[in-house]
Amino acid sequence: MQILPSGTPGATTTSSTATATIHRATTASPAATSPATATPARSLPDISTVKRSPRLASFRRTWQLYAMLALPMLWLVIFQYIPMWGVQIAFRDYKARGGFAGLWSAEWIGLDNFDRFFNSYNFWPILQNTLVLNVYSLVAGFPLPIVLALALNYVTRIWFKKTVQMVSYAPHFISTVVIVGMILQLLSLNGIFNQFLGIFGIDPIAFMSKPEYFKSIYVWSGVWQSVGFSCIIYLAALAGIDPSLHEAAILDGANKLQRMRDIDLPGILPVAAILLILNMGTLLSSGFEKIILMQNPLNISASEVIDTYVYNVGLASQVPQFSYATAIGLFKSVIGLILLLSVNWIARRFRAASLF
Amino acid sequence: MNQRGIKDRGGDRIFNIVNYTILLLFLLAVAYPLIYVVSASLSDPRAVISGKMWLWPVDITFEGYKAVFRNPKIVTGFRNSLFYTVSGTIISVILTLLAAYPLSRRDLKGRGIIMGLFLFTMLFNGGLIPTYLTVRSLGIINTPFAMILPAALSVYQVIITRTFFQTTIPDELLEAAHLDGSSDFRFVRDNVIPLSMPIIAVNALLYAVGQWNSFFNALIYLTNQSLFPLQLILREILIQNQMDMTNFGDVAQQMQRQNLQDLLKYALIVVASLPVLIIYPFVQKHFVRGVMIGSLKG
Repeated sequence: MQILPSGTPGATTTSSTATATIHRATTASPAATSPATATPARSLPDISTVKRSPRLASFRRTWQLYAMLALPMLWLVIFQYIPMWGVQIAFRDYKARGGFAGLWSAEWIGLDNFDRFFNSYNFWPILQNTLVLNVYSLVAGFPLPIVLALALNYVTRIWFKKTVQMVSYAPHFISTVVIVGMILQLLSLNGIFNQFLGIFGIDPIAFMSKPEYFKSIYVWSGVWQSVGFSCIIYLAALAGIDPSLHEAAILDGANKLQRMRDIDLPGILPVAAILLILNMGTLLSSGFEKIILMQNPLNISASEVIDTYVYNVGLASQVPQFSYATAIGLFKSVIGLILLLSVNWIARRFRAASLF
Repeated sequence: MNQRGIKDRGGDRIFNIVNYTILLLFLLAVAYPLIYVVSASLSDPRAVISGKMWLWPVDITFEGYKAVFRNPKIVTGFRNSLFYTVSGTIISVILTLLAAYPLSRRDLKGRGIIMGLFLFTMLFNGGLIPTYLTVRSLGIINTPFAMILPAALSVYQVIITRTFFQTTIPDELLEAAHLDGSSDFRFVRDNVIPLSMPIIAVNALLYAVGQWNSFFNALIYLTNQSLFPLQLILREILIQNQMDMTNFGDVAQQMQRQNLQDLLKYALIVVASLPVLIIYPFVQKHFVRGVMIGSLKG
């Protein structure tokens, strides 16, 4: 779910404008009663306004659309663009306690906050944790939905297919707090997992207080939660494959494994490529809420990532360091943006798939 | 997709056996933790700890659930969450429609710029601290508004809704309405909304589940206990209690308390997930549709 949002829009805008033009061209010819339809900007004729000045007429016709947009735009400005403008406190020495008041008087300190972060002893461990955690998630979590979709695609018993889908989608809807609560219960000293290990004579392990287990617990519980839901998109792609390809392959004597490898897999590769690009874009910032919940003083050496560090020094601390935390957050956003754009660029150079 | 009529050859039979086996194992792996938690919430905690309970409930007890509903904090949290979810969803759905419909209209001047303003927020945003400071300067910290307003709009959902409008509301309908002298407001009310029930359902569900499950905004914006949503109470009980179970005291009594606490936790996990999981089978197809529309291009 998280992956899709930032990607599709880019594709949507470019391709939809293209289709829009085509569509306009086709609708214009039968409705050539009004001269207004000839120019692309005014495809929808409105008899009452044809005579007046075009700009005014266009506004008269569409002012209600702008009125509808007013509230959403207000929200966008307040909750997205004002915070973006506020990012400047990363370059200021801002200590005030009341909102943005006092921002103007805060002294410019340039890149001092960034310097401080890069030179702090925390920098490398945090960067390493962030990268390892996300790459591990990607490597473990990316291929499994594909495998699941391919396997489900060859299930002929509908009830079985429906059951697998129903059950595997369910964890996606459980809240992060509850998931982490379940992890803590199942992995506790007397929980089921340690009971299971006990059968083999292994002494109970305090999993959550051991940094060496943190990443695996995080990653595999995430796979458990998301694999079913992530496979939906691949199932859709598989359903879009031309059935005549399969029919021809069957006539040629191909077995199911061969069809899976030579028809289905190439068929969903473009979708996989796009999702991979999107995943790369969030390489520094996924799973923050879950990590914050799983984090405790004993596993912090493995669980402190950029996002949790921003929260810990910026909001959770007794002496919140707004400017410093903002600088770290900005560093992450910029790297994330560069990653996304460059991966997209590389993908466009070497393959057809790209977002923008 | 699959050819029922065609007889499977030898190799395909093996393929099928392997395929079904893998899927069955996968099914069990996903389902087991869920079944275990439900069973543990209904079983005698001693049976759970000793390992006697490993699949179905043993020595059924409802003490855990009783404890959950006796806890005033949980009940208040539940009520708060219900309020935030219902009001937040209504506001979000309205805002999404208001944003998505004009953006789906080709005759909207400046559509590209406005769309760009929305899309840019998906690539880059102010980040945690500036957003927090903005909310604080609005003076809505520690009010229900802090739970509803910052998360009121999801740009992703605006986009899928816009795509839906573009693909399902025919231009001819709008032209006809304009010829009849209908304004855009009236067109949206009388034509667009009745035709858009599927996407409104998708939006309402996504927003509702998001709001019900969210805890982080509450964590940073609320300090007043009486406003806490359920997820924050859950965090206190399920996650933070983890640390302070080693109270000194009588060993037997402590064991007893520890047992009840574990039972309560399992019951709480079930109760907290129940609202979403109960409606889930009925609305599953809407969620799937949401993903599908989202993946649609143009």
